[in-house]
Amino acid sequence: MSAGPRTEAADWRPGASLDTLRLRARMLTGMRAFFAARGVLEVETPVLAQAAVPDPAIEPLRTRYTGPGAADGRTLYLHTSPEPAMKRLLAAASGPVYQLARVFRDGEAGPRHNPEFSLLEWYRPGFDHHALMAEVEALVMMLLPGTAAARRFSYRELFLDLAGIDPFTATADELAGCARAAGLQPSAAVAAQARRGWLDLLLTHVVEPRLGAGLVFVYDYPADQAALARVRPGEPPLAERFELYLDGVELANGFHELTDAAEQRARFESDNARRRQAGLAPLPVDGRFLAALEAGLPACAGVALGFDRLVMAAAGLADIDAALAFSFRRV
Amino acid sequence: MATYSTNEFKGGLKIMLDGDPCAIIENEFVKPGKGQAFNRVKIRNLKTGRVIERTFKSGETVEAADVMDTDMQFLYSDGEFWHFMHPETYEQVAAGAAAVGDAAKWLKEQDMCGITLWNGEPISVTPPNFVLLKVVETDPGVRGDTSGGGGKPATLETGAVVRVPLFIDIGEVVKVDTRTGEYVGRAKD
Repeated sequence: MSAGPRTEAADWRPGASLDTLRLRARMLTGMRAFFAARGVLEVETPVLAQAAVPDPAIEPLRTRYTGPGAADGRTLYLHTSPEPAMKRLLAAASGPVYQLARVFRDGEAGPRHNPEFSLLEWYRPGFDHHALMAEVEALVMMLLPGTAAARRFSYRELFLDLAGIDPFTATADELAGCARAAGLQPSAAVAAQARRGWLDLLLTHVVEPRLGAGLVFVYDYPADQAALARVRPGEPPLAERFELYLDGVELANGFHELTDAAEQRARFESDNARRRQAGLAPLPVDGRFLAALEAGLPACAGVALGFDRLVMAAAGLADIDAALAFSFRRV
Repeated sequence: MATYSTNEFKGGLKIMLDGDPCAIIENEFVKPGKGQAFNRVKIRNLKTGRVIERTFKSGETVEAADVMDTDMQFLYSDGEFWHFMHPETYEQVAAGAAAVGDAAKWLKEQDMCGITLWNGEPISVTPPNFVLLKVVETDPGVRGDTSGGGGKPATLETGAVVRVPLFIDIGEVVKVDTRTGEYVGRAKD
């Protein structure tokens, strides 16, 4: 990906065609009209943050500020999602809010990943994850005309139907056997992983390719994959989280949001413990975000949708490089 | 021991896998938004030629394979080994049947071949794309027939059998594309 002078001379041009850039602009206009008509307020929050969500699967980029207020310099993180800041607005009684945020994630580059990308994130006080799924579906069907209504499956149904295994009761060994039966050849490090790693492997390598064409919502995840979703007690307890897929490609992730500050703090601590286990440095926890939850986050649902992937779908593009003016390969 | 992280994976990279030297054909980064990142890789085993798939955890490291592609001149076969020489250093290597494989039927003394060396030992031999070989056995030539239609089998001096046009006679030298095993033409001289 490092470009020498010769390739720089050859690839100064944008990756997206002018037609794609025009389509992208029309989709942005359509998206803003959609939210304006529904009374959702557009907001902007900082890219620079003093803390980062410690999810071990999401690595922030770091930068440094030196100047008034930080004579010796201060480490800051480029946000991986505007979620903490937007929830602080919700706790301050903003009502429904949306944001098209440019977010940053270290280590993520490929035909469907760019280390900086456009995340469309919005929050709906009073909605649960099912009500928000309906709104996500309406937006996507408006931006991708001709798309049929979404199919909906619980995470468990999906694994039972497409991988033939129960993701809640299968042991790590049984999940490994299922992966091998599907023809996967895990490396030794992959083979040594716990249940959750096997579920990620089966999801990306077996389930996603079998989702088929069109929109699919997946909801009610295992509690240990709740991230920032509330967990509904039961046997088993279920995370009120959903994902949207289009033609087998992940487009959006949403939560019926966790509002309990103590539970949120405990999850951050457990995330940081998992980071240490994986040999990653723990990340500072966002005190202002936790203070906002303590002050009272209204019951709400929120979702983050990868806008660049939506553009890829609308323009029929297989590589994110062709959906962006200048992807990471052309920086 | 040199290693590569998955972040260095790209087509052509040579790595060790299950004790064998392999070349990466295709590398795909796969990551769910909220989950573990993987590299799904298509790999060719350089000893067997077999293509396999392997899934790595992103960030994992693998041992590098000391593999080198070089051009060497075919000297002779002693029945067990095929002997090659580097035209400048005069260094010689002996390749066994497993390394030579199907290339054996195209190897003519003094032709330049591609040799893949692993830890200095030949593990595969690629014949030149085009070889000039004498016909040692075929049905008598049909004079005047230059249509090229039909054709007949001909055995060449190296033992390879290819389809040639009807007008080709024993003793003639033909040019063959070793990638397809097809007759290309008569030798110019």
